[in-house]
Amino acid sequence: MAIGLTHYLVLGAILFSLGLYTVLTRRNAISVLMGVELILNSANINYVAFSHFSSGNVDGQIYAIFVIMLAAAEAAVGLAIVLAIFQLFHTIDVGAVETLKE
Amino acid sequence: METNLAPLLPSAEVVLTALSVLLLDLFIRKDEKGLLVWISLIGLALAGGMALFLWGSHEGAFQDSILLDDFALFFTELFLGAAAITILSSVHYVRETNIHEGEFYALVLLSTFGMILMAAANDLILFFLGLETMSIGVYILTGMWRERSQASEAAMKYFLIGAFATGFLLYGIALIYGAAGSTHLGRIASALGQTKSHGSIILSAGVFLLFVGLAFKVAAVPFHFWVPDVYDGAPTPVSAFMAVAVKAAAFAGWARIFLYQLSPLQSEWTLPLKALAILTMTVGNLLAISQSSVKRMLAYSSIAHAGYLLIALVAGGESGGQALLFYLLSYAAMTFGAFGVLIALKEGENDHEAYSDFAGLGFKRPFLGMAMSLFMLSLAGFPPLAGFTGKFYLFRSAVVAGHIDLAIIGALNSLLSVVYYLRVIVMMYMEEGGAEGKPFARAPYLYLAIAIAVLGTVYLGVLPAPALDLSRISFISLH
Amino acid sequence: MEHPIQTDYLRWIVLLPLLGAGWNGLLGAQLQKRVGKWLVSLFACAPVVFSFLLSLAAFFGLLALKPEERFLTDRVYAWLSLGSLHVDVAFWVDPLSAVMILVVTGIGGLIHIYSIGYMHEDRSYWRYFAFLNLFTFAMLLLVTADNLLLMFIGWEGVGLCSYALIGFWYQDHVNTRAGNKAFIVNRVGDFGFILGIFLIFWSLDQQGHGTVAFREIATFASLLQGQEIWGIGVVTLATLFLFLGATGKSAQIPLYVWLPDAMQGPTPVSALIHAATMVTAGVYMIARLNFLFSMAPVTLEVVASVGVATALLAATIALTQTDIKRVLAYSTISQLGYMFLAAGVAAYGAAIFHLMTHAFFKACLFLGSGSVIHAMGGEQDMRKMGGLSRSLPWTFWTFTIAVLAIAGTPLTAGFFSKDEILWQAFSSPHGSSWLWLLGVAGAGMTAFYMFRQLFLVFFGECRADHHVQEHLHESPKVMTLPLVVLAVGSIAAGWIGLPGIFGPNLFAQWLEPVLGAAHEAHGSGAAEGTLMVFSVGVAAFGFYLAYLIYYRRALAPEHFSSLAGGLLYRLSYNKYYIDEIYQFVFIRGTLLLARIGVWIDQYIIDFIVDGSARTTALVSWVNGLFDNYVIDGIVNQLADSTFAAGDKFRKVQTGNINSYLYVILGAVIVAIIVKLRYWS
Repeated sequence: MAIGLTHYLVLGAILFSLGLYTVLTRRNAISVLMGVELILNSANINYVAFSHFSSGNVDGQIYAIFVIMLAAAEAAVGLAIVLAIFQLFHTIDVGAVETLKE
Repeated sequence: METNLAPLLPSAEVVLTALSVLLLDLFIRKDEKGLLVWISLIGLALAGGMALFLWGSHEGAFQDSILLDDFALFFTELFLGAAAITILSSVHYVRETNIHEGEFYALVLLSTFGMILMAAANDLILFFLGLETMSIGVYILTGMWRERSQASEAAMKYFLIGAFATGFLLYGIALIYGAAGSTHLGRIASALGQTKSHGSIILSAGVFLLFVGLAFKVAAVPFHFWVPDVYDGAPTPVSAFMAVAVKAAAFAGWARIFLYQLSPLQSEWTLPLKALAILTMTVGNLLAISQSSVKRMLAYSSIAHAGYLLIALVAGGESGGQALLFYLLSYAAMTFGAFGVLIALKEGENDHEAYSDFAGLGFKRPFLGMAMSLFMLSLAGFPPLAGFTGKFYLFRSAVVAGHIDLAIIGALNSLLSVVYYLRVIVMMYMEEGGAEGKPFARAPYLYLAIAIAVLGTVYLGVLPAPALDLSRISFISLH
Repeated sequence: MEHPIQTDYLRWIVLLPLLGAGWNGLLGAQLQKRVGKWLVSLFACAPVVFSFLLSLAAFFGLLALKPEERFLTDRVYAWLSLGSLHVDVAFWVDPLSAVMILVVTGIGGLIHIYSIGYMHEDRSYWRYFAFLNLFTFAMLLLVTADNLLLMFIGWEGVGLCSYALIGFWYQDHVNTRAGNKAFIVNRVGDFGFILGIFLIFWSLDQQGHGTVAFREIATFASLLQGQEIWGIGVVTLATLFLFLGATGKSAQIPLYVWLPDAMQGPTPVSALIHAATMVTAGVYMIARLNFLFSMAPVTLEVVASVGVATALLAATIALTQTDIKRVLAYSTISQLGYMFLAAGVAAYGAAIFHLMTHAFFKACLFLGSGSVIHAMGGEQDMRKMGGLSRSLPWTFWTFTIAVLAIAGTPLTAGFFSKDEILWQAFSSPHGSSWLWLLGVAGAGMTAFYMFRQLFLVFFGECRADHHVQEHLHESPKVMTLPLVVLAVGSIAAGWIGLPGIFGPNLFAQWLEPVLGAAHEAHGSGAAEGTLMVFSVGVAAFGFYLAYLIYYRRALAPEHFSSLAGGLLYRLSYNKYYIDEIYQFVFIRGTLLLARIGVWIDQYIIDFIVDGSARTTALVSWVNGLFDNYVIDGIVNQLADSTFAAGDKFRKVQTGNINSYLYVILGAVIVAIIVKLRYWS
């Protein structure tokens, strides 16, 4: 069986769902961050797959590089924020940090 | 291949200013930081001048992935103005809270750069890059008051939820790319024209995810949960910046993508979008009523206003687009003003954001009280202020597009909103006690910002014709 | 359409009071402190007086023209321009608005002058006059606007000033609450008004003539005939919405509840805003759009019924009130009801005529009551007054004249205007003998409660305590002079609109170019005379009853109050408990809605979180059955963490990121399901 576009798309979808699941269930801020990274990478798989199989140009592969770069920047900022949270709250449990509410 | 860099001039100027501010920040003493304010403002003014100079042009760059038309320039000017007002109103705030000045201004400028890209992007990926540039800057701005735990908490919430929504957006763009073979708006549109069969499920899934990402950025209900917490925790000038500029940028992107080239894609979703608009207005207004903090009330009010703006997006067409642009202008003036007065009440560590802090303000600080009354009345849609003319055009665009129900619900909602806006005025003129706020002499920049907001609120209400023409010209330049 | 005459002074009629307001609003506090109150008074009164003079100029300007050309306009600039819609900031004066500007600036000017004396002691003197001027500006804008939107600015503006002036003595929370009530009730009406505007614009736009300017609406109104929306005629619906706006501003059923409370404001404010001018805005608006209302017989019927019902309801409440100003407030509501009755039978001229005469005698009554309150040191309870005619002679005589006028005593202004309304209610094609009969009943009650008030306040023994009695004094000239002028007006203002059997009706002729010729009555002069005698008889009976009970004391009031087990009395005294009902239904209702909103916000999250946690757990449990031994650890781990998260979520409400994310995901899923099922 040849590996085709559909397989990649399914892989992307699975990765997306796993990322979603991680974001939703984890209470550790770093884990949530990792979940977000999974979602971004699932999109990357789609870009590369579409680029290779259907669009006929390399745009998608370039976009994947953009996204990886962005994800890195985002992770840097995210980690800095988590660090600040840890200094102030002495925990990185997102459920425990909830002074702002109705 | 020749690259035309002229369209990039204003945004390049903003980045340049940001970098200069960052660099200069290293070399000057603490008591000289006022210089940074001036550099930022001059940089913004220069960029504004360039945008003005380019007015009327219709040029693309980078294979047309950036398109500098009047629409982009309109928003460029709006964002530059918003950045300038944000900087003006934060000068005193950052000094009182020990926020690092240079970085603060630089980040405001960099997020402004991202916004300009969003408005000018003719390519979904570039739009996404602009959005991320903006968002990352604002994430940091939110948490810049390091000593304040709420600020960090707000930053974390904003960041995590924002990143989550970004994931949706990116995935959506990927699906659209797959279905249409390109992320360029024009090419997507032509691909749509050629064939409808090609992965229409993938396409509508992509469009749907894109809507989700955008709805998050404009803070539409039920994607609004982060707004009250984040606006509440963030430094007040940043809240104002988010309420005005970030929202405007998201609406700019939405308008460019869905009101013109991909409008067939949106028309499939009219009914859910209508529901989104109604839900956003109503929930925003209802929840605003039960707040005890003015800052949180303004956060919910900004949600409600996003709902009004969604009316224009649903209505679409020339009248919808024009109303959207005009309302964004009006909304910017009155929202900056309201947040500005809130900043003026701050005394040292004390924020004074509760309703009770406004008690007696009308007599203790008559001009501040009068300005706040003006903003509240305008937000509530009182004639002849900006909020009234803006809403008038919005509802009119709904009526013209045949959505009379939306206009009626919108009018009912603005009726409802009177309840909580009025409460501020009642507090200011009919109660005593409350906060004093900082004296005039200590916050000239802030008062300049408030004065500009007052002028804008009155001007757009009394003489709306020029701004309206501008909105129309800008919107039709998309075609 | 003939070309109207362009002028450039009409704008100053409107803008002068605004200048006064700006001056006193920004500098008044300083002026009052440094120079004195006289300067504040000067800058407050002079603009209104000049406005009045300009209004007179406009009036004579109109008079010099041929009747069908009586039309002046002053276009300042183009305000909103959008597609087919062009709205100017433009003022116009035609015979109808000429009457209104004369009333507003004339009576307004008198009340300004009266206020100099009445508010003399107040430390926020400047603030009072700033708002009073601002009000005059907004009211003038309302009546001179050449289009609906500009009128709406004035409409909202007068509401805002009214709100600020009702709550003027904000130190007392009762006042601020009254202000808020007035404001919010008015907003309900305004909602109707703006919807009406939209509907008119939209339906005209459908015909290719989208406009909100009165003259153009008048030209194209006939195009709307037969157009429907939701199965109702567009004109009917639009006029009904506009009428909802009128019920808010002009205190008619069901939105009248704010007006009695509005009496918390300073008395001159009650006289100007809540008797003579602002509350008549609804009547003016209907008269202004008479061509539309005449096209909608259903609306007219509603207007007439609401008008007569309000007139009766308010009159029955006024019978038992003991607060001197509340009696007048209910009497105002009742008289406004008469105006709407007239408008509802398409006798717009009669409505405007009564509006004008009412402005005189009601302003006189309010200012007189202000003079009484002033003398009594703030006392408003009529049971503690009595015998004031000796110490307050000027007030007494002017008050008496105004009472005679409102009771419809022959040859006073109120007689002519009320008779005109009753006659039209009977004889107009839209009228009926029922409307007439109910109107006459109301007139009888009016006579009763007004004379009751007169006797209670000015006759008999003084029931005030000694301290107050010693300090009784007539008000200063600056207050009595306006009273005299208004009293003269209360008689003379009626003579310009004599009934058909006495001579030419100058007033109707004057308004004819705007409102059209009055309907030729289907009765004769003899019929009119008979009805007139009958209604005078009923009013005389009301007077006689009041005379017996409150002057001669020949009949005990208890005799009547115990009728039907005292139920009627209690209903009237407690204003039919309408306030309580509204409080319960609307205020509680809104708060409940807000609370439900908060509740949903808090618990829906819980619910979704809970649900999704269970679903995930279920899925992983099924998975677990399949792969019990293979990936046992992983599945358990998933299920555990989900359960743990779900468990914790049940305890948290908002403020939690995960719960926010769950809601977003929930919304996405709902949207997808809906999309897949219903559109695709």
